[in-house]
Amino acid sequence: MTKCWRKPLDTAVTEAPRGKIHIIKERCKGCSFCVEFCPKKVLELSSHYNAKGYNLPEVKNPEACIACDLCTIICPDFAIYCEVEKKKPTTGKKLKQTKKNVRS
Amino acid sequence: MTEEQIALNHPMDAYLREDRIPHIWCSGCGLGTCLNTFLHALVKSKIDMKKTSIVSGIGCTGRVAGYVKLDSFHTTHGRPIPFATGLKLANPKLKVIVFSGDGDLISIGGNHFIHAARRNVDLTVICVNNFTYGMTGGQGGPTTPITARSATTPFGNFEFPFNLAYLAAGSGAVYVARWTMLDVRRLENSILHALNKKGFTFVEIISPCPTLYGRMNKLGNGLKMIKDYQKNTIINHKVDLKDAALGMDGKIVVGNFVDIQRPTFTEVLYDHIAKPQPNKKEDIPKEERKKIEHHA
Amino acid sequence: MLEVEKPVLTGSHFMNGDNACAEGALAAGCRFFAGYPITPATEVTERMSERLPLVGGVYIQMEDEIASMIAILGASWAGKRSMTATSGPGFSLMMENMGLGIMIETPCVLVNVQRGGPSTGLPTLVGQGDMMQARWGSHGPYEIIALCPSSPQEMFDLTIKAFNLSEEFRTPVLVMADEVVGHMSEKVVIPSPEKIKIHPRLKTKEKPEKYLPFKPNKNLVPPMANAGEGYHIHITGLTHDEKGYPVINAKTQQKLVKRLLDKIRLNRDKIIILEEDNVEGADVVVVSYGISARTAVLPIQQARKEGTKVGLLRLVTVWPFPEERIKALAKKVKAIVVPELNQGQISLVVERCAAGNAKVISVPHMGGETHDPKEILAAIKQAVKK
Repeated sequence: MTKCWRKPLDTAVTEAPRGKIHIIKERCKGCSFCVEFCPKKVLELSSHYNAKGYNLPEVKNPEACIACDLCTIICPDFAIYCEVEKKKPTTGKKLKQTKKNVRS
Repeated sequence: MTEEQIALNHPMDAYLREDRIPHIWCSGCGLGTCLNTFLHALVKSKIDMKKTSIVSGIGCTGRVAGYVKLDSFHTTHGRPIPFATGLKLANPKLKVIVFSGDGDLISIGGNHFIHAARRNVDLTVICVNNFTYGMTGGQGGPTTPITARSATTPFGNFEFPFNLAYLAAGSGAVYVARWTMLDVRRLENSILHALNKKGFTFVEIISPCPTLYGRMNKLGNGLKMIKDYQKNTIINHKVDLKDAALGMDGKIVVGNFVDIQRPTFTEVLYDHIAKPQPNKKEDIPKEERKKIEHHA
Repeated sequence: MLEVEKPVLTGSHFMNGDNACAEGALAAGCRFFAGYPITPATEVTERMSERLPLVGGVYIQMEDEIASMIAILGASWAGKRSMTATSGPGFSLMMENMGLGIMIETPCVLVNVQRGGPSTGLPTLVGQGDMMQARWGSHGPYEIIALCPSSPQEMFDLTIKAFNLSEEFRTPVLVMADEVVGHMSEKVVIPSPEKIKIHPRLKTKEKPEKYLPFKPNKNLVPPMANAGEGYHIHITGLTHDEKGYPVINAKTQQKLVKRLLDKIRLNRDKIIILEEDNVEGADVVVVSYGISARTAVLPIQQARKEGTKVGLLRLVTVWPFPEERIKALAKKVKAIVVPELNQGQISLVVERCAAGNAKVISVPHMGGETHDPKEILAAIKQAVKK
C-alpha cells in the first residue's frame, strides 16, 4: 500500500520550526531509539562512548530537525531533548499573505 | 558532538526525582519511555501536582513511583490498587494514579484489579505489560503468551494468558486503551484522556523486556523488538475485545477500546445513603439531604 | 460529605464488645474503615457500615483482608484515622501489609476478635491463639503494640487508646480482643467528646524543600506529612534512608530497623498498661489477659478464701511485653500462673522473664469455651503446694 501525503498549500510561505538537539551524555544507555525513529534522520549512532561504555547518538544533520520532539519523548533515559530554536518572526505582511492564500 | 549540544539537565527533570536518575532499567527496556510519555501527559493535563499521588507495587515497573516527583508510594507486591483506593476515598480531592506492571496488577493483584474496576473507584491505572517478571529474572506469568519461553516455562508456556483490555472492560472499567510504548503520541493522548476522566480508567502499555523475555524468545534487542511492534501493530478502536488477545504471532491490536460513563464509587455512596431509607426508623430530613455534595 | 449523626454517642448503653469497639473508633476520630465480613468481628464491620457514612466518613467492604489492611494504610496517608477489624483467617492475610505499615510508619488500628484455630477452626467460638502471631506473624524483625480488652467497656476505651498510640508512635496498633469479649453485652459508658483525649497526628513543621520524611524526633518518631500537602513524599517498603529513598545495604538496614524497634522498646514505659490486684506480698500471681483474666477472678477469690495469697496481674498491653515487671515479680513470688485460651503462648514469655526465679505454671485451654474456673483454681493450689 502506498501512502499518499497531501502537500499543504502553504509550504511555500511558511517555515517549519527548527529544533536544536541536546544530549545528556552520562544518562544515555545507547538503546538508539532516538536515532532509529527520528522522522528526519537527524541523528546517528556515533563512535563516542560515555563513562558507562554506551554508544552515544550524535547530531548528523542539524539542519533537518523540525523540533517534532519525538526524541525527547521516546528516550527512556531522559538523556536527549529538543529545544525549539528561536527565529525571527515571519513578517506581518508575509503572514497576511499566507492567510489570504489559504482562504482563497 | 559540539559543546552546545551537551546538556546537564532535561526539561522533565522538574517532575523527576533527579537525584535518583539514571534509573535502574536496562538499555533497550521500554519502561523509561512509558514513564517519559506519562510525564508528558501529566504535564499537559495541568493537574495540580501537589494534589497528585502515584502508587506502585513491586517489580521493574513498580520502581516508577521512586522516580516521579509526586507524593509517591511504593507498596507491597500486588497491592497498589487497594492502597490507592484507601488514599482516594479518604481524600477525594487527590488525583491518584496507579503505575505498575502486569505481574503485579494482574497476577498477585488480579483480585484487587477486577474489584476496583467493578466499584469504579476514581483511579487511573497504567499497566506496563512486558509479558514477564523482569525483576526476579524473567519468569512466566498470567500475561506470558502461549508457547513463549521464560525462566519457569522452559518447554514453552502452556497456560492461556489474560487479555488485559478484555478483563478490564468486563470488570467495568470506564476507559480502556492499549498501545505499545512506541506509539508515544497516541499513548500520551490516551493517558491524558484517562487522567481527565472520572472513574476507573485503564491504559495497558506493551513494552519490551529485551534482557529477559526478548532474549529467551530470540526476539532480538530492544530496538528490534519495538521495530517488530511497528510492523505488527493494528489500530482498531472498535475491535471486539475478545479478539484482541496477544499471542506469539506478534500481532498487537491497539486502540482506545472503551470510553463509557458510569457513576464512581464515591458518587454512588453519597447518592445512595442520601435517599430515604424506608426500613430505618427516621429518614434523613430534607434539609440534611441538601448538604450532600458530590465529589469531583 | 454527609454529617447527620453524632460521632460520639455520649451516655450509658447496653451493647456488645464489637459495637463498643466501633463506637470507640468513631469517638477517637476514625473516619475510614475497610473490612471484610468474618465471624466474630462482623459486628464491628456492620456497625461501621451503618454509622460511618452518616458522620462524614467512608466505609468500604474490600475484596479480602489483604486489601482491607492496605486500604487503611492508604487512607491514613491521606490524613484520615483508619481501622479494620477481623479474626484469625483474616488476620493471617493482614500480616503482609501490617509489616508494610510498620516499615512505612503508618498510624492505623487493626482489631482482631480472636476465635479458635488453626485455619477456619471455630468461627463462632472463642480462642486466644493469635497472640504470638501478632508479635511474630509478619516477616522480619519488628515490634508491635497490642492491647487486650477484657470487657465491652474496655473495647471502647482501648480502641481509643489504640488510635492515640498509633498516632503517637506512628505504627499500626492491634486490639487483640476475643470472641467472648466481642459478643458479650454489658453496660458501656461513653463520655462526652470533650472528655475524650485525642492524640493529634504528629505533623512536620519543616518546609517541603527541607523535609525528611523519616528523620526522627527525640522520641524516635518522625513527624509526618500527608499526601496532597505539597511535600512530594516518597514512601517505600524497601529499606530506606531518612529521605525515604530505598538504600539496599547493611548500614541503612541497621539504622532504620534498629530505630523502628527502639521506637517501641525505649518508649515502653509510656505504652505499657498493667492492672494489678493484690500483687504485692502475694505468693502466687495469676498473669493473664482478655477474657481469661476475667475468668481468673473467681478462682482467685476462692483461693483467697482458702487462705492463699494470690494476686492478679492483668496485661492490658501484651506487646510490648512488660519484661521488667515480670522479672521483678518473679524474684518475689513463688509461682506465676498463666491461664490463656491457647496451648501456652504468653506463658512462654513469662517463663523467659521469670528466668527460673519463680515457677511458671501454664494453664492452657484449646479454646471453644473459656476456662473452667476449677482448672485455674487447681493450678493455683498446685503452685502453692510445691
